[in-house]
Amino acid sequence: MDFSQSIKFFFANLSANKVRFFLTMLGMIIGVGSVIAIMAIGSGAQSLIFNEITSFGTNLISIIPGGGEEDMMPASMMGRVITTLTYEDAKAVGKIPHIMAVTPYASGNANIFFGDKIKNANFLGVTSQYPNVENNKVISGRFILPEEDESTAKIVVLGSEIKKKLFGEDDPLGKRIKINQTNFLVVGVMEKKGASLAANRDKEVFIPVKTAQKVMLGINYVGLIRAKIDDEENAPLVINEVKKLLQCRHNIKDPKKIDFTVRSMNQALDMIGTVTDALNLFLGAIAAISLIVGGIGIMNIMLVSVTERTREIGLRKAIGAKKRNILIQFLMESVVITFIGGLIGIFGGSIFAVLIAAIAGYLGYDWNLVISPFSIIISFTIAVIIGLVFGIYPANKAANLNAIEALRYE
Amino acid sequence: MSIPLISLKNITKDYKTGEVTTNVLKGISFEINDGEFVAVMGASGSGKSTLMYILGFLDTPTSGKYYFEGCDTSKLDDDRLAEFRSEKVGFIFQAYNLLQRTSVLDNVLLPATYLHKCNLKKAKDNAIKLLKRVGLGYRLNHRPNQLSGGEQQRVAIVRALINNPRLVLADEPTGNLDSHSGEEIMEILQNLNEEGRTVVMVTHEEYTAECARRILHIKDGMIFKDSIINHRRLAANGEFRK
Repeated sequence: MDFSQSIKFFFANLSANKVRFFLTMLGMIIGVGSVIAIMAIGSGAQSLIFNEITSFGTNLISIIPGGGEEDMMPASMMGRVITTLTYEDAKAVGKIPHIMAVTPYASGNANIFFGDKIKNANFLGVTSQYPNVENNKVISGRFILPEEDESTAKIVVLGSEIKKKLFGEDDPLGKRIKINQTNFLVVGVMEKKGASLAANRDKEVFIPVKTAQKVMLGINYVGLIRAKIDDEENAPLVINEVKKLLQCRHNIKDPKKIDFTVRSMNQALDMIGTVTDALNLFLGAIAAISLIVGGIGIMNIMLVSVTERTREIGLRKAIGAKKRNILIQFLMESVVITFIGGLIGIFGGSIFAVLIAAIAGYLGYDWNLVISPFSIIISFTIAVIIGLVFGIYPANKAANLNAIEALRYE
Repeated sequence: MSIPLISLKNITKDYKTGEVTTNVLKGISFEINDGEFVAVMGASGSGKSTLMYILGFLDTPTSGKYYFEGCDTSKLDDDRLAEFRSEKVGFIFQAYNLLQRTSVLDNVLLPATYLHKCNLKKAKDNAIKLLKRVGLGYRLNHRPNQLSGGEQQRVAIVRALINNPRLVLADEPTGNLDSHSGEEIMEILQNLNEEGRTVVMVTHEEYTAECARRILHIKDGMIFKDSIINHRRLAANGEFRK
């Protein structure tokens, strides 16, 4: 059959049924659009995590209270409070070879007052080595000094957001703020770090760990220890050394009964990566279901179309159309619907992904907009395949109509 | 001696609907030569439409032989039959059967697009020429719903002629038309026949059949009379001429 004439007939049919074709296409548009959007958002989220790694550095290990298997959730996440990690543990860990810096964390939540301004925020009790561990520096004033590490000095370094909220554009250095009931002297302001999945350091304040323990929290344990290793490659070696050291310090004979967990940043992020991968796949599958639903809609509409055009099919056969001519004619219609629907869906899905990226960026997340050509090709191909698969049954029905009966159809 | 265009030998046709078998054609034999104008006349249910479908390769006989241009068509498969319909036969239907959403020109070109070797440019030129001949040269881009019944049937006639078929088959061509338009159509068919076109027309009206040169009378699936018309009625002026 001549191609140009086929196109003409197709468009004549299309313009007579504009609303119907659009509604049929809608299933395809939504299906393809959501696959594109989900894959883009998923990639963006994963790139966010990747950026986390590079901002922290991949050579970080965390020591968390609570033992058990290495790949289970740490106890602290399940609500139990384990009190066996101490400041001294952190100090001892700092002496292990290949460890460049180490800091314990004793954290809590408090109300911070300055003048008539109140802000509820987290405070982190850390040591002078914290900036080295988390790649987080002061932009004005100073951080906690090494000689203040074991003191309960009431000094505080502000996160950039807190500084802005309490002081606006004014210089906070040398001023006094209240953390709950206690007066603290502001000695420094941290650089802007941006939000991360774990925390937003800009919205936190930093005080010496002993101050946090003794003055603010009334405890003598710490909630977390982090250490920076000189090279990622040494991580397994260092982790082993840390486990041996702490097992010894905590007087634990059976390695299975340790009351702490040591993880490298990589391990933690691998775990998150696995979870987000699975989530992505799951959401993608749901989007794929909507594609199938769209395909069923197309099959439905094509069946109706075939019935409506029974006489036309009879006529075409009478003047020389072969079965395969009729088959191709109707199959082409469903493929074109999915093709155009796919195009619109790609466009719409991409717009949506751009929107999400813009919002994430606005909220301070380090979001990379990734619309992979792979996702476009895949969802487009699937859309066209759906057009073929769900269009073949109606097209076949049309091709096999008996010409004489079709001509008589009312 | 030239072989006849059409040669039917003992054609029967049975239809099976569920458990019931109906014998529609019960042994039909005749020959039609090039250039004849034959009317197949019979009452409703006589089998005349079925006979026409078999002649036009839309259906195959249950038994018997159908020779077209000397070739045995009973062995042909679906695709070959479709090719025959495309190249050898032109159909004209009682209800015109034009595609509503397409122009007159594209309607006429439709059979050309199904040709094995489709030459659209040549077909288009031919179409325009033929449409002008039937007086529709200025209606090329109109839709069927903008035309009268008689005009639509004229478009259908041009469509039937576009591939230069050996045989023109008309199924009650004037059935949906008033007498004036009907006569116009019969005039065109007679002119085509005068030029050498073989025309086979199915009708139940004596008045229409009189325009042909030969009448095959069919009843209960059998030909009971095959009469030559010595003086046929000219649709153009109503006169009776040889």
